[in-house]
Amino acid sequence: MADASAKQVLFEPIFSNNPIALQILGICSALAVTTSMNVTLVMCAAVIAVTAFSNLAVSLVRAQIPGSIRIIVQMTIIASLVIVVDQVLKAYAYEISKQLSVFVGLIITNCIVMGRAEGFAMKNGPWLSFLDGVGNGLGYSVLLLFVAFFRELLGAGSLFGVSLMPVVNEGGWYIPNGLLLLPPSAFFIIGLAIWGLRVWKPEQVEEPDFKMSRHTVKEAF
Amino acid sequence: MAKAKETVSRTIIVALVLSIFFSVVVSVAAVSLRPAQIKNQNLDIKTNILGAAGMLEEGASEAEIEEQFARFDVHLLDLDSGTFVEPEAVGVEDPMKYDMYKASTDPEMSTNILSSADKAGIKRRPDVAKIYILSENGELKRVVLPIHGYGLWSTLYGFVSLKGDANTIEGLGFYSHAETPGLGGEVDNPRWKQQWVGKEVYGDDKTEPQIRLVKGGVSSDAANREHKVDALSGATLTSRGVEQLVNYWMGDQGYATFLKKLREEEV
Repeated sequence: MADASAKQVLFEPIFSNNPIALQILGICSALAVTTSMNVTLVMCAAVIAVTAFSNLAVSLVRAQIPGSIRIIVQMTIIASLVIVVDQVLKAYAYEISKQLSVFVGLIITNCIVMGRAEGFAMKNGPWLSFLDGVGNGLGYSVLLLFVAFFRELLGAGSLFGVSLMPVVNEGGWYIPNGLLLLPPSAFFIIGLAIWGLRVWKPEQVEEPDFKMSRHTVKEAF
Repeated sequence: MAKAKETVSRTIIVALVLSIFFSVVVSVAAVSLRPAQIKNQNLDIKTNILGAAGMLEEGASEAEIEEQFARFDVHLLDLDSGTFVEPEAVGVEDPMKYDMYKASTDPEMSTNILSSADKAGIKRRPDVAKIYILSENGELKRVVLPIHGYGLWSTLYGFVSLKGDANTIEGLGFYSHAETPGLGGEVDNPRWKQQWVGKEVYGDDKTEPQIRLVKGGVSSDAANREHKVDALSGATLTSRGVEQLVNYWMGDQGYATFLKKLREEEV
């Protein structure tokens, strides 16, 4: 990995090695904050900032971190960054931070952040690690925005809060699909997205864990 | 060299330096952003009061919100007797500075609620509440009352605004809660809040609050539809919490005594 180019590190996680679609990390918040594009966009910006700067910080001090406390050190760095992001949102995007409620704080437990800090930043230089953080944040964002696009459009008939398909409750014609505003719908959309991605890039298809053996017993009928 | 960083003293030093560094980072962020956050919160509370009173125009600027809010008189209300008290009685100069939620943690300024009567799930109730009244030419137009209670995950804090008859709801809104986004969090949905407008709190005898949140929507010919609001879908416990807390605050332990006086024009 040491010879990975900056471009590869930045763009691979978007489609080829997407943290949600291929590594299946960070699903929790993908279900929770994707009911509207506005909220999702802010959440994505917050996650990109945290993955990028936590990777940078971990990479900067990686030579100093004793192996016995490395996970705690990473957690401290990530948690501090998340608190800072949360404070900034409360000061400058109060409305949206209210809607995101606990999920900004829960970025701490987002597996992507920790996974990249431990898996990439501990072994690579600061600049590459920073790019890797941005890249993985972008990969997360692309999938979240994809999910949010369908959930808001079909669930509320709008995008970014602008009504495109006037809903029946407001005198329009569109009967919104309530299921899409509920968290399970994100599972379906993520599942379909993974399917689509693997049809496009067949190398992402995993080898089956086991193979059915051929049916050899002749049955009597 | 590779082994040198694994010693005990090295581990402690790294942990210490890192902790100190990041506590400074977090503290600086918290302290320097505090004024902006407080400003947002205050503006948000005023926005919520105006929103509950149905006096908020979309996209109103900060100055407009301040101007509208200035039309309200802030009063401190003793809940048991239903009479106003002077700000000095609760140890503040300006009624705006009184914090009824802080007071509810102070045994001197609050009452324990018996668990059987604690419908809102708040355990202690402040003795004095901070309410907002709008009158024009001596005529009562609106009363905005703070309400709070437990939903599913969190305590919901909000306001309910009543018309001059001290019975018809003009608006209701919550400004602070941590209910599930997309489910219980829909208490913030303007369309849902719109349903509350015109509902009546009390029945004909004007004693017991009658608000009910019902499943499946309220049809235009439902019995007692003036007391019924559609519950939030997928959020049974949040809906139940909202129903209970509204009825608690409109009941005897809440504002019922004061509202009765208001109707009989004794205030």
